[in-house]
Amino acid sequence: MLGLNKKDFNLLMVVVGLSLFAPFILNIFPKDSAMAFFNGGYPDLMQRFAIFGIFAIGFNILFGLTGYLSFGHAAFLGVGSYAAVWMFKLLGYNVVPGLILSVIVAGLLSVVIGYVSLRRSGIYFSILTLAFAQMMYSIAYSDLFGRWLGITLTNGETGLQVYSNDPQILLGENSPIVPHIFGLEMNARLTLPIGPWEFVFPVGYYFSALFLVLAFYLSIRIFRSPFGLMLRAVKSNNQRMTYTGLNPRPYTLAAFIISGMYAGLAGGLLASMDPLAGAERMYWTESGAVVIMTILGGVGTLIGPVLGAGTIKYMENIISKMNEKLLHEWFGFLPDSLEYSIVWVASWFTGEGWHMTQGVVFMLVIIFLPGGLVEGGQRLAARFGAKSNDTGKTAQPAE
Amino acid sequence: MTNKLTRRGVLKSGAVAGAGVALPTIFTASSASAQAYTNEPTGSTVTLGFNVPQTGPYAEEGLDELRAQELAVEHLNGEGDGGCLNTFTSKALKGNGILGKKVQFVTGDTQTKSDAARASAKSMIEKDGAIMINGGSSSGVAIAVQGLCQEAGVIFMAGLTHSNDTTGKDRKANGFRHFFNAYMSAAALAPVLKSEYGADRRAYHLTADYTWGWSQQESIAAATEAMGWETVNNVLTPLAATDFSSYITPVLNSGADVLVLNHYGGNMVNSLTNAIQFGLRDKMVNGKQFEIVVPLYSELMAAGAGKNVQGVLGSMNYNWQLDNEGSRAFVKSFGEKYGRPPSNSAQTCYAQTLLYADACERAGTFNPCGVAEALEGFEFDGLGNGPTLYRADDHQCFKDVLVVKGKENPTNEYDTLEIVDQTPVAQVTYAPDHPMFGGAEASLGTCNPGA
Repeated sequence: MLGLNKKDFNLLMVVVGLSLFAPFILNIFPKDSAMAFFNGGYPDLMQRFAIFGIFAIGFNILFGLTGYLSFGHAAFLGVGSYAAVWMFKLLGYNVVPGLILSVIVAGLLSVVIGYVSLRRSGIYFSILTLAFAQMMYSIAYSDLFGRWLGITLTNGETGLQVYSNDPQILLGENSPIVPHIFGLEMNARLTLPIGPWEFVFPVGYYFSALFLVLAFYLSIRIFRSPFGLMLRAVKSNNQRMTYTGLNPRPYTLAAFIISGMYAGLAGGLLASMDPLAGAERMYWTESGAVVIMTILGGVGTLIGPVLGAGTIKYMENIISKMNEKLLHEWFGFLPDSLEYSIVWVASWFTGEGWHMTQGVVFMLVIIFLPGGLVEGGQRLAARFGAKSNDTGKTAQPAE
Repeated sequence: MTNKLTRRGVLKSGAVAGAGVALPTIFTASSASAQAYTNEPTGSTVTLGFNVPQTGPYAEEGLDELRAQELAVEHLNGEGDGGCLNTFTSKALKGNGILGKKVQFVTGDTQTKSDAARASAKSMIEKDGAIMINGGSSSGVAIAVQGLCQEAGVIFMAGLTHSNDTTGKDRKANGFRHFFNAYMSAAALAPVLKSEYGADRRAYHLTADYTWGWSQQESIAAATEAMGWETVNNVLTPLAATDFSSYITPVLNSGADVLVLNHYGGNMVNSLTNAIQFGLRDKMVNGKQFEIVVPLYSELMAAGAGKNVQGVLGSMNYNWQLDNEGSRAFVKSFGEKYGRPPSNSAQTCYAQTLLYADACERAGTFNPCGVAEALEGFEFDGLGNGPTLYRADDHQCFKDVLVVKGKENPTNEYDTLEIVDQTPVAQVTYAPDHPMFGGAEASLGTCNPGA
């Protein structure tokens, strides 16, 4: 169906199902229970799951298929956000023009950066993309172009935001003054209390999730297309491909542009959920984060990047909020000396130490599951006797 | 596999799409829930959100803010010695929480990044039900979070933010700032600079290349030029710079006799150290002793720069050595709990938390619009800064500004700064439509209770 074979279609349905029922899955603990802390089902985090899923899927088209490791993808995310916020400032709060422009601008930028960077491969390519991204970051941070032109283009460290005295020529009398799609506000939500549970269905999340499903579908089509095969050829043996008379560069450039546009879309969506764009979105650590998400989930697999993005964002938002006070509450039932030593150890890995947890998880995955979380899923499936191609959870690595 | 368009298929998908389009109206209708405003507390507790940098360049400041916020919650709940509740001129707070509800708090890490700060603030509002957000140690973050709180319909009580923009062109109806700003620093420093160094100085500016730096430089240049100084040059330095030697060398050949360092945090520690190493303060230029000025000081920076700050002038919002009833009470309870004096970022967060709680009590509600109304034009004393006014036009506090100097002979590790002058509030007051604060165009907008 939809031009997919049965296995891929099942995989797509898994993503659709996860997206549709995320508010239930992520709010599994009752609202007032002690475990409610681990619920991730609030609008902002669910939106991040979907948006960074898109970002990682796009990154995986480049890195997973061609093997070109870009270390500057955050630049596209950043310009996407700036483009969208500028549309809000000039036209109005409808997200459609913003999203279109963010994809276009990120695409154009990736043509330029890709054209130059793809002249080299391996580590040189990575460094070139890193250098470009840092350049973009510095330009945005000090609003260099804006100062040349004598206007505010990125608003530097403060970040670009919408003011009530902006033109917003399409803003009517009764238009909402928050991002919306044809009147449906992104921050509107439906709350459904069932017994002790409380499920939240945010409009912004479902809007992002729709794009996630579309992005995922497109990525399957690319993976299974002759074009995808060419990209794999680049990864497995670039030299041999050249000797057979094929020029790999148009293919890699196309992959680079596609993944840049994915990143631009993610950036535009971030701005649509929260109409502000800041330069730190382009900082190199953000570029590194998407690499980690993709590798953690499983490079070259279809669903891996989505899982990786979810895992990282969950840790970033939930583990970073465990403070010592909370730990003392949890371990309060233990004798004092034991309580304090456990809290002392745990505090290294929680709160401001969440990066430590991320590092440990990443190391464990790389050492024991080189294929990422997807490989973990495959092993589990094999252990419990299910045929891996029936579970739908798994996907073939690109190699 | 084949895909054929059939009439039945088209009709079916049309019906589904139609239902999909109709669905949104259900959502919008039910988005206005039973709550009168965002996160209306219904139980026996109320949750405050403390959003401070716990990692990154300002982590030290953030952790000190957190200490003060915990202390404030203790005092609000009637634990500890009550601190400034005993000296505060408003007697609405009883030490039984806020409006009879016990105060709880959640914390978040801003990482000194606008995105991370907004994400943690959102999670505190959406997940933990925080009714007020307080804290922060950077103007960029403060402005970003203030915008968020405005949209979400909760009150933002800013922490350390010194840029003019926070209550200038980016002012918001739901946002309030107790800390002073770049304009006030300049207005307070200028007369002291004139009396100490004379009216015919030539100043060279090194400025951190971002909003706060620009706004600081603009303010200082305007104030010093008004009293006769000449601005020789203004050089922008990247925020990430750690070595300023290459920026210091040209200063010597420029004919300037004062160096103004519009830097904060690690930047200031490094640039000041470089300047001292180059022997700038031992030089005689134009027949005058070369001087260095640091417009915005903090205890933590002074501690970082060590003896290099000796004799260097700057300004502060508050210093623990300030001698008034409120200050003594605050320093005493902070010192007893943590064994150290509070920094000025800690003091501003403590005062903001008490001010918010007090405003709720006086308004008789947690509704942001009621709280904002109670804070607007509120005059108070007893929180450490002396008599203070929360101006209604821009939600900025007006109070005396301290001019401080690096102490020549510190007696202990916290005794790094001495107060030179307490500039009276009248001298640092400006019109709400001052051009440096967004001019006549800047507006608070209307208060947003959310929901």
